[in-house]
Amino acid sequence: MILGSINPAVLMAALMVAATPILLAAIGELVVEKAGVLNLGVEGMMIMGACLGFIVAVNTGSPVLGFIGAAFAGMALSLLFALLTQALMTNQVASGLALTLFGLGLTALLGQKYVGITPPRTPKLDLGPLSEIPFLGRAFFSHDIVIYLTIVLVAAVWWFLKYSRAGMILRAVGENHDAAHALGYHVKRVRTLAIMFGGACAGLGGAYLSLIRVPQWTEGMTVGAGWIALALVVFASWRPWRALAGAYLFGGVVVLQLNLQAAGVKIPVEYLSMSPYLITIAVLVFISSGKARGSSNAPGSLNRPFHASS
Amino acid sequence: MKKLLTAAALSVTMAIPAVADTTKVGFIYIGPVGDFGWTAGHDRARAEMAEHFGDAVETTIVENVDYGADAERVMTQMAISGTDVIFAASFGYGPDVNVVAGRFPNVAFQHATGYIQDHPNVSLYDARFYEGRAVLGHIAGKMTETNTIGYIASYPIPAVIAGINSAYLHAKAVNPDVQFRIIWTYSWFDPALEADAAETLIEQGADVIMQHTDSTAAVRVAEDAGVMAFGQASDMTQFGPNAHLSAIVDRWAPYYINRVQAVIDGTWEAQNSWLGFADGIIEMAPWNDRIPAELQEEADGLIAAIVAGEYHPFTGPINKQDGTPWLAEGETAPDVDLATMNFYVEGITAELPN
Repeated sequence: MILGSINPAVLMAALMVAATPILLAAIGELVVEKAGVLNLGVEGMMIMGACLGFIVAVNTGSPVLGFIGAAFAGMALSLLFALLTQALMTNQVASGLALTLFGLGLTALLGQKYVGITPPRTPKLDLGPLSEIPFLGRAFFSHDIVIYLTIVLVAAVWWFLKYSRAGMILRAVGENHDAAHALGYHVKRVRTLAIMFGGACAGLGGAYLSLIRVPQWTEGMTVGAGWIALALVVFASWRPWRALAGAYLFGGVVVLQLNLQAAGVKIPVEYLSMSPYLITIAVLVFISSGKARGSSNAPGSLNRPFHASS
Repeated sequence: MKKLLTAAALSVTMAIPAVADTTKVGFIYIGPVGDFGWTAGHDRARAEMAEHFGDAVETTIVENVDYGADAERVMTQMAISGTDVIFAASFGYGPDVNVVAGRFPNVAFQHATGYIQDHPNVSLYDARFYEGRAVLGHIAGKMTETNTIGYIASYPIPAVIAGINSAYLHAKAVNPDVQFRIIWTYSWFDPALEADAAETLIEQGADVIMQHTDSTAAVRVAEDAGVMAFGQASDMTQFGPNAHLSAIVDRWAPYYINRVQAVIDGTWEAQNSWLGFADGIIEMAPWNDRIPAELQEEADGLIAAIVAGEYHPFTGPINKQDGTPWLAEGETAPDVDLATMNFYVEGITAELPN
């Protein structure tokens, strides 16, 4: 056992990188679900972002444009979902699953010519003296800008849902769409916007994988990240900061278990490799189970179709 | 009614050879054909085989097929739609292949890297990857400066364990101080996880990364970190021109052509083939220029000795990890030991998952 070879600062830094793609997707899906829509197509929108973001970044040479392209790609796919579920009133679960399959298939086709190409580098944000601080510098202040913007996004979503008028309307639509409709709010418009936001976030999460974390384009490269994001939203009981905590916890345990394995710690590897899932679920269930907090925080109209006539 | 059914059944069985001008060949893959690794290797061979036979064969592929119910469904579908021979190209399809083979005795099944053969229409085929791993181990042992080699492993199955042992023994032989750090991902294909694993290994001092997982992520990470790596199943040079030292490249095509020819001729019989360098089933990707000429010659010599049958990568004396003797001086490993290998050899410090 060579625990000394594990550097906590590097662990912390790697954790943030590992957590960011799922956090981006989760925060988007959280808003979608808060509006009362269950979009199971997160995986499909993520891979769409990973693929299109990669293609745009390679062709323009700009990772920033790549991320923007990825957001639009995820949004485009989510609009398809919005069209199906909001305009055509199809079943949300089935449409979401179809979206995932469609995204995986379409990107396998679109990305064919882009396998084996190196994307342009996303520079690390230069934080000057901050990154020189021992431990903290390496752990927190030597990252690309997307990691910080993701945290800002979580804060913004939290503020939006809790304090802004638009956020309250969104929540009202999610809690009870009939009441919101009776009050004169455009349920479908709100939901469509939320779905688009979710798509854009999932696309960004995918692009983070293909442009920064891996970084390359490989068919099917999200391998379930979208599903983890979906689970995270539920276990975080639809609260933005808990989603962040859950994502960091998940990323942290993933990175930690890899380090423990490499260091040759005498814990059976089977337990180590399932630990990210078990620990994240256990912790989030535990913090969400308090009586005062209300264990079921699910939006009241989640996954219920809305039609103005009903 | 009964008569009619029998007649129908008869006419169906009799109609098959008459109608079957083209031989239908099905492939099921565990990953995407674009993985640039294991599945890509099989699909390369499929394409070569299809080209060889031209219009005489028709190939079908299904990618990303999970083990279990999914695989059973896909193979059943293939069998029902008149496929003559099905290649199931992953270890974990074993039980599913045998279930479906029992139901369709007239369809030939070819299962890669498996060990279950319950029916006379199930053939097994595998490559002696440990021969290639011996060469990688030799090169890694000589090239490492930190004396630490990182190994990204998928599942603890005999083929993977034998690969680790073979690489370790040959690295150790040329560099007594060498250490192996091993990470199991419990997945064949997860680029993000493999990238994280590679980063972790590099962070912990490894300067040569070996992988027994299928994505190209680790080679890419090694390139960025300025360390060395070996690709898996396909030549992965383009993902890390400086880092990529070589790779064991799978060449299933000669075998596929041979087996499909047997189906066409009606001479197909179940076999259990385990092929290596000598059969041309595996070969090494071109050596990276950073490998010194002398070492390249040594590696070529090692391959030549294996091809000639003069050298077996598992030649005693070799002890198991716990110190109990496995092979005596000069003894070579029997195939059955390699095909069921469930122990590390002496010197590896990590613990083997069950």
